[in-house]
Amino acid sequence: MKPFDYRRAESPSDATDAGARIIAGGTNLLDLMKLEIERPDTLIDINRLDLKAIEETEEGGLRIGALVTNSDCAADPRIRRDYGVLARAILAGASGQLRNKATTGGNLCQRTRCGYFYDTAMPCNKRDPGSGCQAKDGFNRIHAVLGASEACIATYPGDMAVAMTALDATVEIESKGGETRIVPVADFHRLPGDTPERDNVLDPGDLITAVTLPPPPGGVHLYRKVRDRASYAFALVSVAAVVTIADGRFERVALAFGGLAHKPWRDPRVEELLTGEEPGPALFDEAAEMLLADAEGHGHNDFKIPLAWRTLRAVLTEASERGDTA
Amino acid sequence: METRLSINGDTHMLDADPRTTLLDALRNHLGLTGSKKGCDHGQCGACTVLIDGRRINSCLTLACMHDGQEITTIEGLGEPGNLSPLQAAFVRHDGYQCGYCTPGQICSATAMLKEAEQGWPSYVSDDLDGAPALDGEEISERMSGNLCRCGAYSNIVDAITQVVGERA
Repeated sequence: MKPFDYRRAESPSDATDAGARIIAGGTNLLDLMKLEIERPDTLIDINRLDLKAIEETEEGGLRIGALVTNSDCAADPRIRRDYGVLARAILAGASGQLRNKATTGGNLCQRTRCGYFYDTAMPCNKRDPGSGCQAKDGFNRIHAVLGASEACIATYPGDMAVAMTALDATVEIESKGGETRIVPVADFHRLPGDTPERDNVLDPGDLITAVTLPPPPGGVHLYRKVRDRASYAFALVSVAAVVTIADGRFERVALAFGGLAHKPWRDPRVEELLTGEEPGPALFDEAAEMLLADAEGHGHNDFKIPLAWRTLRAVLTEASERGDTA
Repeated sequence: METRLSINGDTHMLDADPRTTLLDALRNHLGLTGSKKGCDHGQCGACTVLIDGRRINSCLTLACMHDGQEITTIEGLGEPGNLSPLQAAFVRHDGYQCGYCTPGQICSATAMLKEAEQGWPSYVSDDLDGAPALDGEEISERMSGNLCRCGAYSNIVDAITQVVGERA
């Protein structure tokens, strides 16, 4: 690990002091620092900031402080009751030990990454801009099939943000000078384009202070994760679904996908196609076809396209069966 | 830099480079070698310790980040002649072969039982509201952050199941 100065932030403005790297749970950052993929000169530890509460908002939603651990978020009775898709997604990710350390803000900031990003003997446009991408013609089983670029085909590995995307959650960001801006979780992460080194919209000095959930959406909440082993593995494909059915038709459908792209993937056209329609296999196939029309495999990951198709169909089938009795 | 670490009820003053992980502080600076270094990347769980009663990977955190917190390692859970219930159950059920992952397994299981008592659901729980019954599937899911390269998993689950039964 490269030497660094360590400081503790006593206030948000200490943390937004531009140029320094913020550390919260540190489970991804320290791992990358050990490999010298991340090489901060200064670390600012924000764990003493007062960002550990889950509070009800005036609108009837919940404001989750940036330092609420993934464990505490998934265990919160209000999250379990009203935002089941989020509790399920968090519990699908990592291990008990990591969820106890990983925070709400830190989880959002985990790097979009692949094996070549981790292998410092290999070129990688994300780690070393302009050096090239070995994944495109290499071992790309876990890589993106949607929204990838010539420069990068890595996938966003998280689960929490996929559920937050389906829930229309927003990220609260404080910048240097104390200015606060609100960004939808769906717009927080970036597609790689020509600048895969930037995973998200944060600028140096930006501090995530909270994630806000809108009022409970009701309906059936599902998070289905398909992976290479039963637990503690990244998604090959995951689907977060919040679905309401009334009078035998989809009244409201929110879908977000993990494992497919450089960011949690949401396609409003698919949701529009389903809304107002009677659930059924032909409709589900039409939705999957629309979702995956532009999907492109790179060899080893070709299987993700039919896998995503089937996983979406399975989730919609389960949602429609449970939604009818809800 | 100086850090005050409270470990198994004793206070230790650590003067070390900020890069020192909690695991390296325990093993190399304080002589508490019960916590093991397996992967050093948070994937194997051999380094699991408890911070304020919660299980974490001590390899993925800096010692200087835990100034003033209560740290419990395997040395603090029990000792020869006075084993914790999980330590005794691992011996009885032969929940190991080489033993390298065992301290992490036992620290992890100690906190896992507390999480379940507090009603925390897991990925395999049918219901997010109910108090989860810790059957084999629940135990395996909740312990998935602890690998055993010898493959003693069935005996590890048996050991934990015994303690679940004793507490019921």
